[in-house]
Amino acid sequence: MSVATQDTAVSSGKITRVFIYLVLLLSALFYLLPFFVMVVNSLKPLDEITGGNMMALPETWTIKPWLKAWSTAQIGVEATGLKPYFLNSILMVVPAVAISTGIGALNGYVLTKWRFRGDTILFGLLLFSCFIPFQIVLIPMATILGKIGLAGSIPGLILVHVVYGIGFTTLYYRNYYAAFPTELVHAAMIDGAGFFRIFWRIMLPVSGPITVVSVIWQFTNVWNDFLFGASFGGQTQPMTVALNNLVQSSTGVKEYNVHFAGAILAAFPTLLVYVVAGRYFVRGLMAGSVKG
Amino acid sequence: MGFLDISSVTKSYGNIEVLHHVDIAVEEGEFLVLVGPSGCGKSTLLNMIAGLENITDGDISIKGRVMNGVHPSKRNIAMVFQSYALYPNMTVGQNMTFGLEMHGVAKPERDKALASVAKLLQIEPLLDRKPGQLSGGQRQRVAMGRALVREPDVFLFDEPLSNLDAKLRVDMRTEIKKLHEKLKTTIVYVTHDQIEALTLSTRIAVMNDGYVQQLGTPKEIYDTPSNLFVATFMGSPAMNILPAKVSMIDGLPHAEITNSAGQKTPLKFSQANMADWQGKEILLGIRPEALTDPEGADRKSSNIQTLQNTVDVIEPAGADTFVTTTLGGTNVIARMRADTEIASGQMFDFAVNMEKAVVFDPTSKNRIKP
Repeated sequence: MSVATQDTAVSSGKITRVFIYLVLLLSALFYLLPFFVMVVNSLKPLDEITGGNMMALPETWTIKPWLKAWSTAQIGVEATGLKPYFLNSILMVVPAVAISTGIGALNGYVLTKWRFRGDTILFGLLLFSCFIPFQIVLIPMATILGKIGLAGSIPGLILVHVVYGIGFTTLYYRNYYAAFPTELVHAAMIDGAGFFRIFWRIMLPVSGPITVVSVIWQFTNVWNDFLFGASFGGQTQPMTVALNNLVQSSTGVKEYNVHFAGAILAAFPTLLVYVVAGRYFVRGLMAGSVKG
Repeated sequence: MGFLDISSVTKSYGNIEVLHHVDIAVEEGEFLVLVGPSGCGKSTLLNMIAGLENITDGDISIKGRVMNGVHPSKRNIAMVFQSYALYPNMTVGQNMTFGLEMHGVAKPERDKALASVAKLLQIEPLLDRKPGQLSGGQRQRVAMGRALVREPDVFLFDEPLSNLDAKLRVDMRTEIKKLHEKLKTTIVYVTHDQIEALTLSTRIAVMNDGYVQQLGTPKEIYDTPSNLFVATFMGSPAMNILPAKVSMIDGLPHAEITNSAGQKTPLKFSQANMADWQGKEILLGIRPEALTDPEGADRKSSNIQTLQNTVDVIEPAGADTFVTTTLGGTNVIARMRADTEIASGQMFDFAVNMEKAVVFDPTSKNRIKP
């Protein structure tokens, strides 16, 4: 009797397992399909796309669309390709991520280890910034950027993204540091370490997992942002805006292969960040909750 | 004036006062244990000595220097935390010398101090490891080493043994005592474990509800507790407290105890002043070891009284046998020799060492001093 039950248990387990893998496989295929289409079509000459099957592999493989998208495609009025805009995005995203993550870590440290009157209210206000839609602040933000002379420049964009990012990064670090034993901070105080020394020598060295989370989150958001880039970018527009200009151009033939290549180029850095740091991302999201 | 002076120290959070005018003077080289149940204010007091909590009122001074408002690092103290609080990202060696580094001590001197403390605590092979790779006992040693390296005026211990298992706790207790006897340092030690308090200290401050209930040597605390709280908190099993009536027999004061059969047995007091309480109710405090079998009774005692009663429960505990009986309507525990011949339900002659008995006023709960 007991043997029989065991047998059914095993076989039903197998069926469940096959089913689970099937569903997972289908989901993966579903999500990979658009990427497949993009990659395949970016490696075809244009006439193969217009005259043939979107799903088919290229008959003649070519990297010309990639080169064109990168360096010679018509963006707006100039034929510069996406290259300068890619550089703009890098110049914007690196400082924006670094500054917002740094401030978030410092905020989290102060909010958990140097408690003061009204700290929870302050944290609540910071959290509130996570829920304000971008569109609402466009006009006030434009006014402020104009007044401080940063309108239409990369530093202006950095400022906007830092301000918007602090709410999230503070949330991450505060929750991470809340699980960090306060006794360690007390021990360091007695040992004679000051405010910044404790932060630098005690807190930051163990903040790896949450820093990965914060960096991925900020990098993805800042890189993928279109609205702020289009509104405040001026002459120094980021990659997303340039891609839009490339794809939406209303004159001439629509070069789908170049558009696909450009889109992949625009998505490449965030993909890279996920592939490199993705597993730390998952681990980091867990870390705060499991650590005692 | 002591080495560490706590004078009239008060702590409030908002309107709630959690420590009320605490006065303790600690001499150099003393081992003071603050003991009490959770929430009695002992850890708060320790944190105030360390400078981790503000002092609402009163003064704390070390070596005659008032420490109110002085930063923890400038008090020349070292603290061992309950969770050890070792820096997880640093090696054992770095952990131990971090304080010296922060105080600007040069590397060669730091290494010298580290080497001597590591030798003292026998943790030399661990110096390059991270705290995560150490066992509980090893972490405990490192935490003590980190404190020792600084050569502070006062050591503060915040329940340092409560995270260890029972056997290791006893071993480390002996280690700490050995260390204190060797180094003659001034130590303030917080614990809720009364055995730790009795074994380690040169003096104990028993705390409850933010008051120091009694301050004295372990013997004073154990033998002459100043009130019912101290009497029942210190000692395991706890002191038996039985209601009794004072009566005079042959001109001498006796305590009348009701046994389980309802009969009254008079036990002669050793305290002559109990005559003043004639006819009144009192609470008689008898430690389990002062209530025993006639053969096991203290031969040096001048006042052993006998009391007959029914045995309720027998609990052999290896070295001793604990016997429960009902006296004055409450459960009473007697500690007897392991091989005492006794059975439950039996009528037994209990030997009561009245020399060791203490008497409490049932209204004020304080001890009636002889």
